[in-house]
Amino acid sequence: MKFSVSHGGDKVEERLAKAGVSRRDFMKMCGTVAAVMGMGTAFAPKVAEALTSKRRPSVVWLHNAECTGCSESILRGMNPPFAELILGVISLDYHETVMAAAGEMAEKALHDATHSEHGYVCVVEGAIPTAEDGIYGKVAGRTMLDYNTEYVNKAAAVIAYGTCATFGGVQAAAPNPTKAVGVREITDKPVINISGCPPNPYNLLGTVVHFLQNGIPELDGEGRPVMFFGDSVHDKCPRQKYYDEDLFAESFGDEGARKGYCLLRLGCKGPYTYNNCPTVKFNQTNWPVEAGHPCIGCSEPGFWDYMSPFYEEG
Amino acid sequence: MSGKKPVAAPVTATPKSSYNGPVVVDPVTRIEGHLRIEVEVENGVVADVRSSSQLFRGLEIILKGRDPRDAQHFTQRSCGVCTYTHALASTRCVDNAVGVKIPKNATLIRNLVLAAQFMHDHIVHFYHLHALDWVNVANVLNADPKKAASLSNSLNENRKEKAADFAAVKDTVKALIESGQLGPFTNAYFLREGGHDAYYLPAEADLMATKHYLDALKLQVKAARLMAVFGAKNPHTQFTVVGGVTCYDAMTEKRLKEFTELYEETSAFVRNYYIPDLLAVASFYKDWAGIGKTSNFLSCGEFPEDEYDLNSRFLPQGVILNNDLSQVHDFDPTKIEEHVKYSWYEYGSPKHPYQGETKPKYTKLGDKEHYSWSKAPRLDGKSTEVGPLAQVLVSYARGNKAVVDAVDYVLKYLNVGPEALFSTLGRTAARGIETLVIANQT
Repeated sequence: MKFSVSHGGDKVEERLAKAGVSRRDFMKMCGTVAAVMGMGTAFAPKVAEALTSKRRPSVVWLHNAECTGCSESILRGMNPPFAELILGVISLDYHETVMAAAGEMAEKALHDATHSEHGYVCVVEGAIPTAEDGIYGKVAGRTMLDYNTEYVNKAAAVIAYGTCATFGGVQAAAPNPTKAVGVREITDKPVINISGCPPNPYNLLGTVVHFLQNGIPELDGEGRPVMFFGDSVHDKCPRQKYYDEDLFAESFGDEGARKGYCLLRLGCKGPYTYNNCPTVKFNQTNWPVEAGHPCIGCSEPGFWDYMSPFYEEG
Repeated sequence: MSGKKPVAAPVTATPKSSYNGPVVVDPVTRIEGHLRIEVEVENGVVADVRSSSQLFRGLEIILKGRDPRDAQHFTQRSCGVCTYTHALASTRCVDNAVGVKIPKNATLIRNLVLAAQFMHDHIVHFYHLHALDWVNVANVLNADPKKAASLSNSLNENRKEKAADFAAVKDTVKALIESGQLGPFTNAYFLREGGHDAYYLPAEADLMATKHYLDALKLQVKAARLMAVFGAKNPHTQFTVVGGVTCYDAMTEKRLKEFTELYEETSAFVRNYYIPDLLAVASFYKDWAGIGKTSNFLSCGEFPEDEYDLNSRFLPQGVILNNDLSQVHDFDPTKIEEHVKYSWYEYGSPKHPYQGETKPKYTKLGDKEHYSWSKAPRLDGKSTEVGPLAQVLVSYARGNKAVVDAVDYVLKYLNVGPEALFSTLGRTAARGIETLVIANQT
């Protein structure tokens, strides 16, 4: 069987329709993304426009020292499921968890995508082990340090997705045995940091839309888009009213915990953590504080050390 | 567990080769983690193989000296796919160490979230990780959508699939291939000129499986939400604490209703799609019932009534040795040792995990004496398989009725004996059997 290679292709809306995604669903998703970006749903047509270019942008997704939870997180989007959007809107040319090819055929896919004249967007998942020239992590015989340096530096845009890729994550916790670091430590290129363990998939899509329309969004001091990471978890927490009234859960078994009081005294790190979990939630239904568990600060640099012990206040 | 059996296909002969030499697969894809497989082949047969884990993170070292209550959050980051299992195991360890009493409802909620994890994980494994080894997506172009719809509907009476929907999937695949941007299918083995002789399915079965790959992508969003209803989020649940769970709102009508509806939808998908698809695909790959045999199996069981009593688990604990299903031994945790002889660690004698050491010492890639960051756990000195096949075999041998019924149904459908379970096909079937048994517990 032989396949022709052309760079045109039909319109995105037709592609989406063929993938079983109606225009209505697509616009609904665009509205969600617009809302998450803080632009209001009237912005939805702009989002749709940004996502409907003729040639699908090539995305190369690199896996490093990580748990694949970030990849899993993007599969949890809805209206329409992000995965269908991925087939219809972007071309995911290298992603070890989903790709059909393995071994040499996978290596070739990576080589071809990163040497294409059309360029590519590089999404990095996981930290990069740098101790002893990177021997603690290898793919296809090359250290993660080596190939990340090459493919990050060649990319049209770089997104570090998740707390490992942004700040080193769990393997960088003390004593950081492999000297694991985030992407910014190995390149001078601008890197957009979308932190969280896992990060919220809507924050990724919103960033991509902004990038396609207006370039790199405004970033905070940690390289995170202000539109998603501008408020603390505490600022938007529905339990803040109890904080204001001095009503706290003092143990997980007490009346305060039962009544949904503020979790600060059980170690909640919401006041020191910047992310939109309380408003965007996870899996369209819940987030830790709503489930009665303190925020552990998972979108902040070094949180495994600076925010722990997790169940102690302060 | 119903549906008609398709016309029995003859057992296809596994393609043979006369190749001599090494084969290296790195990266192994569609798994969690970084794995390299080095194989020595003699006249088309595997003579030696080294399974080589390529990533060291050092979580054992990082955990030392920390607050034990925090451990679950660290260990959970071992894997974002089977995510909750690590948090639960860690929490139970600390429960056990301090001897705290766990409320009955907390155990139930922990079990329900675990049931959701099993269903989510096995659905994703079958359709989105494993299927591309069996399903030729390019062959979809040769399929008749009408025949694909009637094939699908013949497998389960609850399916009412339409030819037009199969035609739409065929169009999607056609458009993807014609665009020249193949995305995740770039360089797939089935795209080889002339196809690939390791893919056996007829075109209509390929189209059916491809459609259900897409359907399952939507369904798994809900199966993951099922975990989040009580567990806060997936991946990485955040609701367990030493002594119980934090989600008081689990007892509200709103959350119970949400959980029940998502559970019913997910378990219906398991019964009406996952299991019939698994059996239909398996019936074409029966040669794989003779490949991938191991001898010893260990299961710790799951779903306890009392978290301190290993024998209160709905799926039982046990050990099977030398493929002997007539005898199940009790699991003795003191008999586990971790070996590092062939790993990239400073040499030390085999040790029980309580005495475990983690002292990395890399040599080089291609070293046949030291070749992996994984340690090698052994039970009483024997290499022992764990996971769904072990769980199903132990439950089957112990006479767990739900498992016996499901195993017998599958064996009868495929017209094979219990010995067929000791194989790659059996391992794939066991994931389905385990999922079905869990889905049916309501």
